[in-house]
Amino acid sequence: MTARIMEVLFATRTAWAVLAALIVGSVLILAGGGDPIEAYRTLFGEAFFDRFGFGTTLVKMSPILLAGLAVVIPLRAGLFNVGGEGQLYMGALFSSIAALYLPQMHWALHLTLCVLAGMAGGALWALIPALLKAYRGINEVIVTLLLNYIAIHLVSYAAGGPMMEEGAPYPYSTEIPLDLMLPLILLPTDAHAGVLVGVVLALVLYVSMRYTSFGFAMNTVGFNPRAAEYAGINVRRQMVLAMIIGGALAGLAGTFEVLGVKYRLFQNFSNGYGFDGIVAAFMAAANPIFVPLSALFLAGLKAGAQLMQRATGVESTVVDAIQGLVVMFVAASLALRFQDTIWAQILAKRRDNEAVIERKKSNA
Amino acid sequence: MPEWLLIGSVTDVLGTTLRLSVPIAFAALGGVITERSGVWNIGLEGMILAGAFGAALGVFLTGQPFMGLIVGILCGMFLAAILAVLTITLGVNQIVSGIAINLLALGLTAYFARLIFGLDATTKALAGFTDWPIPGLMDIPVAGPVLFNQDPLVYLLYMLVPIIYWGLYRTAWGLNIRATGENPNAADTAGVAVFMVRYMCLIMSGALAAIGGAYIVLAQVFVFTEHMSAGKGFIALAAIILGRWNPFGAVLAALLFGFCDALQLRLQFANPSVPYQVFVALPYVVSILALIGFYGRVKPPAASGIPYRREAK
Amino acid sequence: MPYITIDRVTKSFGTFKALDLVSIGIQKGAIHAILGENGAGKSTLMNILYGLYQPDEGEIRINDTPLNLNSPRDAIASGIGMIHQHFMLVESLTVMENVIMGLVRGARTIDIAFHEKRIREMSASFGFDLDPTAPIWTLPMGLRQRVEIIKALYRNAEVLILDEPTSVLAPGEINSFIAGIRKLRDAGHTILFITHKLEEVMQVADFVTVMRHGKVVHEAEAASTNTRELARWMVGRDVVFELKNRELLQKGVSGEAADVLTVEGLVAVNYRGIRALDDVSFTVRAGEILGISGVDGNGQKELAEAIAGLRPILAGRIVVDNRDVASLDVKARISDARIAFVPEDRQSQGLVLDYPVAFNMVLRSYDRPPASRRGVLDFAAIRKLGSDLARKYDVRLRSVDQLARFLSGGNQQKIILAREIEAKPRLLVVMQACKGLDVGAIEFVQNTILELKAKGVAVLYVSTELEHVLDVSDRIAIMFRGRITGLLNRDEATTQRIGELMAGIDSGVAA
Repeated sequence: MTARIMEVLFATRTAWAVLAALIVGSVLILAGGGDPIEAYRTLFGEAFFDRFGFGTTLVKMSPILLAGLAVVIPLRAGLFNVGGEGQLYMGALFSSIAALYLPQMHWALHLTLCVLAGMAGGALWALIPALLKAYRGINEVIVTLLLNYIAIHLVSYAAGGPMMEEGAPYPYSTEIPLDLMLPLILLPTDAHAGVLVGVVLALVLYVSMRYTSFGFAMNTVGFNPRAAEYAGINVRRQMVLAMIIGGALAGLAGTFEVLGVKYRLFQNFSNGYGFDGIVAAFMAAANPIFVPLSALFLAGLKAGAQLMQRATGVESTVVDAIQGLVVMFVAASLALRFQDTIWAQILAKRRDNEAVIERKKSNA
Repeated sequence: MPEWLLIGSVTDVLGTTLRLSVPIAFAALGGVITERSGVWNIGLEGMILAGAFGAALGVFLTGQPFMGLIVGILCGMFLAAILAVLTITLGVNQIVSGIAINLLALGLTAYFARLIFGLDATTKALAGFTDWPIPGLMDIPVAGPVLFNQDPLVYLLYMLVPIIYWGLYRTAWGLNIRATGENPNAADTAGVAVFMVRYMCLIMSGALAAIGGAYIVLAQVFVFTEHMSAGKGFIALAAIILGRWNPFGAVLAALLFGFCDALQLRLQFANPSVPYQVFVALPYVVSILALIGFYGRVKPPAASGIPYRREAK
Repeated sequence: MPYITIDRVTKSFGTFKALDLVSIGIQKGAIHAILGENGAGKSTLMNILYGLYQPDEGEIRINDTPLNLNSPRDAIASGIGMIHQHFMLVESLTVMENVIMGLVRGARTIDIAFHEKRIREMSASFGFDLDPTAPIWTLPMGLRQRVEIIKALYRNAEVLILDEPTSVLAPGEINSFIAGIRKLRDAGHTILFITHKLEEVMQVADFVTVMRHGKVVHEAEAASTNTRELARWMVGRDVVFELKNRELLQKGVSGEAADVLTVEGLVAVNYRGIRALDDVSFTVRAGEILGISGVDGNGQKELAEAIAGLRPILAGRIVVDNRDVASLDVKARISDARIAFVPEDRQSQGLVLDYPVAFNMVLRSYDRPPASRRGVLDFAAIRKLGSDLARKYDVRLRSVDQLARFLSGGNQQKIILAREIEAKPRLLVVMQACKGLDVGAIEFVQNTILELKAKGVAVLYVSTELEHVLDVSDRIAIMFRGRITGLLNRDEATTQRIGELMAGIDSGVAA
């Protein structure tokens, strides 16, 4: 009975970790002279229970969700894609070029091409580190990190240079055609269909990772590349594929930011969504089906932060700190294997004691 | 002839190079030490930021730049200690822990900065280090004014590089560090306190990166702004690899990055037809190319990135 | 009074009891062997003596003073040194650096000249021939072992613990090893050595303690016992178990049996880029078991990998059923050429430990029916296959959903064997089939392999355990430095002849 309780507690440890982070966060809020209860109430209340607030949450959820999936899939193959930020910039770049410079055509075709272009942009940006890792063994973390900055500067150049709107006060492109703008789903807020696409993709990816032989191959590579090779799996190909899929997903995130939120290519349009994706992926324990939940939570934090500041005066930057705490605690909680914990030792002792008692009983 | 080839300009460029490289160089030095002990310190970015914040705090409260330096170092070491517990004791993946630390630093420094410095944060200049020109050496043409008319932190960098090199390769301490990074199992059974070595190296890197951050505040801009580390911690990681996990190499690589950055600033004005982003992006491109070029011929410490567990069954 | 007293030491890992009230007395200045099969608990005991593990109960005493060994440093401080089976050396550093690492501390400069001189002297006094400036990766195993010994002596070790010391040595190196041990004993050191090799115990030990399943079952002076008696204590019954399929072996191979595997002029390099296979050629026929024996590290692994498709070859041909398979990738070799492979590294290559048993059963066939149809996994079929095979191969588990990690070594090996054999291969390459298995499992495995003869499967049986090879092979090839130094029929295969061939004697290859 106790064992069962302990197992459940252990399985939900991510939730406990988040709670712990929020508690430490409340200490920070107190230090700033604020009221944690009031702050959290406004934060979560505005983000999830107010129509406009929830709309903002959904808007932020779209890129975080997709960027999170962009980390999860390569992770399945044992690769760390920390280049989501760069990949989403490239996705935005390619899709806005497609939106603004392709010849006239039916809107459905045009939209499809924009989306494909965006995915291609992200995939391309992920292909570079993928090939370097698979064929040269170069650590993908460093390469993807560096490529982020290159992509950001590339877009900055494009939006401020050749693609810049005439007479614009700061670097942004011309507006995309009306019929390419993504449908809104929660009027009168800004929430767009991109987030729904993200949720559907999360489901699709979950199913394919778990129920298909393709998913089996990728998981095997992640668990044990040597055994995967022995099993006849082409490890290099799986690695490259995983990164390309991840890049395409991040590219999609950028695409939806252009097609669904800003309707233009802006310089520095992303507030670190790529990195938020990494956080979302870890909070979801690298399981695609949980990413929408963690993305929702993180988006809510972000959306609520500004509103909280306006309503209660508590600085929105504390939410950044809380985010850092959440990652720390969740990562720490996930790193604990049950065997290492004190509970496991207690349980083992109890089992031994029970066995001794049984033996004594049968001997008597 | 292009104006920027004139000697005066060359000295300027070199001077800017050095100044831009210093934070990266400090962080890279710290990173080399931890990497040699087998730990990837992705949190250098956060530690630079912590050092910058601490320096601003110390100077804000006491008006003394040296106090700023001390507080900055303490902040960096504190952050490194958290990272150490996460990744060495708990065994959390080193990259995730590094990212967590960076996020934490970002949020905490921004939050406390607004709280403590208030709205004066970006407007009022803090006290800082002034240059200490070294007589005689300063008069060497070109190199003199660049190298020997700097503030004390830069001189500290000059001294630290050979000291750290000597430490890693000529002392017992360095031998144990290198053994831990190559084969922690062997080191452990030989009696090296593996966990202790890794902890010390990580905390030391926190201190060094923090000095880099303190430098930006105390010798360059004299204010603290949110996210002022601006990716320097990640460039430092590239510099470590480019420098082949060697203290001298890492600092030279840091100088290369600084040089590209200085060029970019200069050329923005001299050559407005070329987009300045090319030069901003240049160091990153160079790093990737260098990674491709050097990899294979240069090997990182064998046990880098893998947590050490003793009672592994 | 014994010098070292191990008093009722008990240690468990989770629910597995590795040591159960173990008590041993060790005399000063003696060579004391701890004999037992794999899993008997010898290594665990030695790790406790060296501070790597802590006992749950019991204590260790030296001259009646209890020791508190919480880390190797404590053990070293108590004068205990350990030479592990897999050497704990940093390959990129020199002999001297490896010897002094952990010993010197602080920011002091290392006195290189002093240490080099001292190492040279110490090495000479025991007849070791070590150059302190040589990097470890340039040294052969025998010399590396000596570095380990010097490392321990440098730390003033009185007691030396040697864990399976001869397992990585070539037969030629063993004699000098034994001579070295005797010199150490004569110089006053106490030597503890762990082994499962009976002849060595008789050759070199003064005292022997036999362990089985975590308990001490017998203690004796070496002079007053013999290998047969020790074997019985080690295993609980006579070692020579009955292979019920022995008559299959007696029958030999049918004259009309076709060639299944032909290997010609094979050349390959190992992971270091050094030539591991140097012009290897042989043929295996249907229903034949060809044993490949030799000291570990002479190319056997590379040979098996090359045939399985896991290692590219630089020259030569691999022909299976008259078809050159060199161009086939691993997947094609599994499904088209029907080459089955049981690798040496059971846990790191043969299985995915974090997968359930059922998944491991279809590891090499997951993308084909019955495991999957049109890309979709059929969990019900996978589970059924898993349970059927588990029953047929007598794998002890709670359910096929159990993670492979939690099974014993023997059961893990059975899973791999089941998977490979049930794939109905033409050729089975099996490496170290019985490593780490208890006697019951060994019996099962050897019998199962013999049964393949009747099914016309060609078997390449690669193993460093000569007696296992002799148990099942029709012919035996011996590998030394990447070449086949001899190919013997069953009746020609005497231990002496094989020993010579293993050392490269009488084959034109320099020893």
